[in-house]
Amino acid sequence: MAALVNIQDLRVAFSGVPVLRGVDLALQKGEAVGLVGESGSGKSVTWLSALGLLPRQATVTGSVRLDGRELLGAPASELDQVRGGRIAMIFQDPASALNPVLTIRKQLCEALALHRDLQGNAVKAEARRLLDLVGIPDAGRRLEAYPHEFSGGQVQRIMIAMALAGNPDVLIADEPTTALDATIQAQILELLSSIRREFAMAMVLISHDLGVVAENCDRVAVMYAGRIVEQAPANQLFADPVHPYAQGLIGALPPLDGPRRRLTAIPGTVPDPAKMPDGCAFAPRCAMAAEACNLAAPPLAPIANDRVVACIRAEASRRALLGIAAE
Amino acid sequence: MGRYLAIRFGRAALTIVLVVTFAFVVLRLSGDPALMILGPEAPPEVLAAFRKAWGLDDPIWFQYLDYFGAIAKGELGRSMRDGRPAIELVLERIPATLALTLPAFFFKVALGVPAGIYAALHRGSAIDRAVMMTAVAGFTVPSFVLALILVLVFAVQLGWLPSGGQDSWRHAILPIATLSLGGAAVLARFTRSAMLEVLGQPYIRTASAKGVPWRKVVTSHALPNAAIPTVTILGFMVGTLIAGAVVVESVFSWPGVGRLLVVAVANRDLAVVQCILLLVAMTMVTSNLVVDFLYGFLDPRLRAKGAHA
Repeated sequence: MAALVNIQDLRVAFSGVPVLRGVDLALQKGEAVGLVGESGSGKSVTWLSALGLLPRQATVTGSVRLDGRELLGAPASELDQVRGGRIAMIFQDPASALNPVLTIRKQLCEALALHRDLQGNAVKAEARRLLDLVGIPDAGRRLEAYPHEFSGGQVQRIMIAMALAGNPDVLIADEPTTALDATIQAQILELLSSIRREFAMAMVLISHDLGVVAENCDRVAVMYAGRIVEQAPANQLFADPVHPYAQGLIGALPPLDGPRRRLTAIPGTVPDPAKMPDGCAFAPRCAMAAEACNLAAPPLAPIANDRVVACIRAEASRRALLGIAAE
Repeated sequence: MGRYLAIRFGRAALTIVLVVTFAFVVLRLSGDPALMILGPEAPPEVLAAFRKAWGLDDPIWFQYLDYFGAIAKGELGRSMRDGRPAIELVLERIPATLALTLPAFFFKVALGVPAGIYAALHRGSAIDRAVMMTAVAGFTVPSFVLALILVLVFAVQLGWLPSGGQDSWRHAILPIATLSLGGAAVLARFTRSAMLEVLGQPYIRTASAKGVPWRKVVTSHALPNAAIPTVTILGFMVGTLIAGAVVVESVFSWPGVGRLLVVAVANRDLAVVQCILLLVAMTMVTSNLVVDFLYGFLDPRLRAKGAHA
């Protein structure tokens, strides 16, 4: 099946400093993909650059195809159609993500007017319906309110309503719950997954919260220092991570059941983007690093169906996995 | 809302009283009007009679209360030089000053705001750098220096325009240009930074992410937000319409309020100076009040706060 969105060798540099160093990622129609990694690993930049939302200082190369059409370098008018219309995006900090001086109605209707063939009262009716859909009570009256009159969770719901306004095929949720407290977080995630099912939308959930991703995604890509280091179906990744970084991330999670155990932290810090090691970017922090790790960055290589890993030990892992499968 | 308004007006009134008091005290401590106006050769009995006639012999607190009593009755005193009511002297100068400051205000806005917006939208470009360099120059060069340079170039060297006086509209060009350039520079800098601040906000990215064309992102999302800080500086400029041209009027011998103020201060013509300062304080305070209300209009967050206060 041809991918809906196909990202190939996407590279981004800010004033010459590389922050994305060759990302390959494919997104199928209707699937939910999680993108996890520490801050600065390039999760958001991947999608901001794909949609042309990065500042001009950023140089972007590679390829991002939507239904086979190249988005990088596409004319602004074409990108404006894609943004919101095919691929919508919601952001981390709801408090500052809506324009403080415009009413919710203006901001919602603006998106509707751009991507839907609606006129006059139909626009407002649709705006009200969307607010209802995302669970804002008293939608008709609340349309006339300003963003500061809503709570953080409500603003994120409005953001979701705005994202739905264009009937997109893909929703990019960039840390949608990071700025919200835990109970609201759960509600927003619940809303996102119910909407995804209802609209048969593909979703990319960008998060540094592995639990959030595990519960809401079919497939997970782990990013480290501007690259994807492992990609696997969610259940397999969490049960059996192969890349040492993925193992480290999952090892740092407290288990819900079983005996209490000491949580392991990954030693060291993420390398400075301006001073990336020649070889594997994770090698300096990796307990299993070998001489060969410092020579060249390992490419993403398949180890099983739907599983790719960028690690020189992957071949051994593949054999191990196959061995288990053969038994 | 009523309480909020009452507090605002109360503060405005207090500001005016403070300005007038300050002017009153400083003027009376800094020289004897009788000596200034009649000259050092005047016979002592004439000086004494002058002081008595204008109440300058009375204790200062008595003069002060007297002065405020008169203001309460709407009397702003008479000029010690020609005995005419001070307010009359000042009012007849206002049109001349406005003939400079109003067009200058228009040019400041018409030049400064678009230049600032353009520079912000093309940050780092050659035009941005040119705008900023001009703005820094316009910001740092004092208006009398700028005035003299303009006179040197356009009046002395090229002979295109007169260097002073008020005989025709051509006489107004250089003073207006002097006032406009400095103000436009301030506004350009301010607008640029306000605009850059707004363009970096997440809601601008949100607007782009939902497919709003860039031109519309700028006009309907960025500009309304950047207007909020810019209005502050505009309000300040409106406040200087009456007496913001003191230096320029002096350089170009333009018979406006500014010139009148300089002459009145030099002569310690108390009533005239106080009358001008009262007027200036009132325009300043009024324009600040207007700015406060504009904030409420531009920024819904403040509207809510105002209603609660």
